[in-house]
Amino acid sequence: MKYILMMNTMKAGHGVPEWPQKDLQAHIAFMLGLNKELHERGEFVSAEGLSFPDQAKLVRAGKDGRPATDGIFPESKEFLAGFWIIDVDNPQRAYEIAAEVSAAPGPGGAPLNMPIEVRPIMSGPPPDML
Amino acid sequence: MIKKWDATSEHLLRELTPQVLGAVARRFRDFSSAEDAVQEAMIAAFTQWPQEGVPENPRAWLIQVACRRTTDWMRSEIARRERETAVAAETENLASLLDIEADMDPDDTLILLFMCCHPALTPSSAIALTLRAVGGLTTAEIANAFLVPEATMAQRISRAKQTIKASGTPFRLPSPHERTERLTAVLHVLYLIFSEGYASSIGSHLQRFDLAREAIRLTRNTKTLLPENAEVAGLLALMLLTDARRAARTGRDEELIPLDKQDRSSWDQAEISEGIELLTATLAKGSVGLYQLQAAIAAVHDEAERAENTDWPQILALYELLNRVSPSPMVTLNHAIAAAMVRGPAQGLKLLRALDADPRLATHYRLAAVRAHLLEKTGDYDAAIEHYRLAAARTTSIPERNYLMTQAARLAGD
Repeated sequence: MKYILMMNTMKAGHGVPEWPQKDLQAHIAFMLGLNKELHERGEFVSAEGLSFPDQAKLVRAGKDGRPATDGIFPESKEFLAGFWIIDVDNPQRAYEIAAEVSAAPGPGGAPLNMPIEVRPIMSGPPPDML
Repeated sequence: MIKKWDATSEHLLRELTPQVLGAVARRFRDFSSAEDAVQEAMIAAFTQWPQEGVPENPRAWLIQVACRRTTDWMRSEIARRERETAVAAETENLASLLDIEADMDPDDTLILLFMCCHPALTPSSAIALTLRAVGGLTTAEIANAFLVPEATMAQRISRAKQTIKASGTPFRLPSPHERTERLTAVLHVLYLIFSEGYASSIGSHLQRFDLAREAIRLTRNTKTLLPENAEVAGLLALMLLTDARRAARTGRDEELIPLDKQDRSSWDQAEISEGIELLTATLAKGSVGLYQLQAAIAAVHDEAERAENTDWPQILALYELLNRVSPSPMVTLNHAIAAAMVRGPAQGLKLLRALDADPRLATHYRLAAVRAHLLEKTGDYDAAIEHYRLAAARTTSIPERNYLMTQAARLAGD
């Protein structure tokens, strides 16, 4: 079963987080370690980190069908920081990985406890249980 | 004499995989290294044979390459550790590789199947290992079939082999008292490969490796190994009788077409006859199991030239039997459909109520979908719409979701 784990933690108007170097390095090392673990367990499908929200553009088709871009976002909106796609044996394992991501170390090494949105990927009906 | 590489050669390579692996694993008593070595020998064959031709004795060629590879590994391992003189002496003794050929045991493939479907493995690991070790698929092909990166699949297979190694399972047939249970696991893995392939053949994944056909081929081979086993034959019949409807199951725009609306003239009659023949032969032996009963139900559907000619009373009787032989929430669900067809939708809905308390099915989309369908038949359209939408929200298949949303929209009107 494939799941997407979405880290919706970036706030509009915020750029690069200003953490002490040590904490930043610990956070980066944690994320690399997590990806390595997913690879080793044969659960990794893909993972991407996204640019900061100040690089985002909102696009709509204009009256002529051409792209009309907009770069201003409401302050309250939360943005996708990155996502993982994993292939696991059951939903419990997906939640377990999400909890691991959630507890990534932040400033001072304390767990961030970020909310991680977990959703199944539409990939065909599960085999009928016998 | 060297033969030219042609369309049958690739098939030949796959057929030889488990035999070669069995011979090498038996010789070195190490399934994990043998499996790696055979995979390398297969890759060597895939690159060399198309250019140089297929050797006169392809099996001996593959065994030779795989044995050399294993010996090399063992030598370097021994050199590294500078010990284990007994093993060293043994590997030096690889005098005649033809001895290994003579050493072949027809049970090797069966032993491999039992190993790959080891109870210590998760279903996804067992499936991957079976496809590679017994099916002769490359890691890339298996990765493609499951739409995951090749490195991930390689890792899954390697972990599965470690698990088997850690379990200390010897390379021999399970003891007679273990055998029934282990065979159940093998059949379940084959069934899962088939349903994965059958489910994914809907929708836009046209370039995926055809797992349903692969499952049929593997089950056919298993039947050759266990010709007297009624459930193996039953499973093969079930696969054929289900696969026969494959072309009719989706429309031009890949939309899902339910059984009662399918163009039955496009069902594969050759698969249906073969399935029915297999089934008739096993039922004559007297014992009935889970797969035979499901195959029998599929056969009743396949035999009806038009949906309205379906012999529902017979299907209902078969589900009642299945409920006794192998009860499960999915059987109850299908039993309810059959009961509704014979005794009316209210009767079906009554049977469904029992499933609301079952955690395995209470939130499953199929329960909501069946309930929606039966509610529609009773004329309770509002409730039917609600349950079609509930099912649409719960399914993980896009074609199925489209189908269920369309049903709700049809009842809701414009």
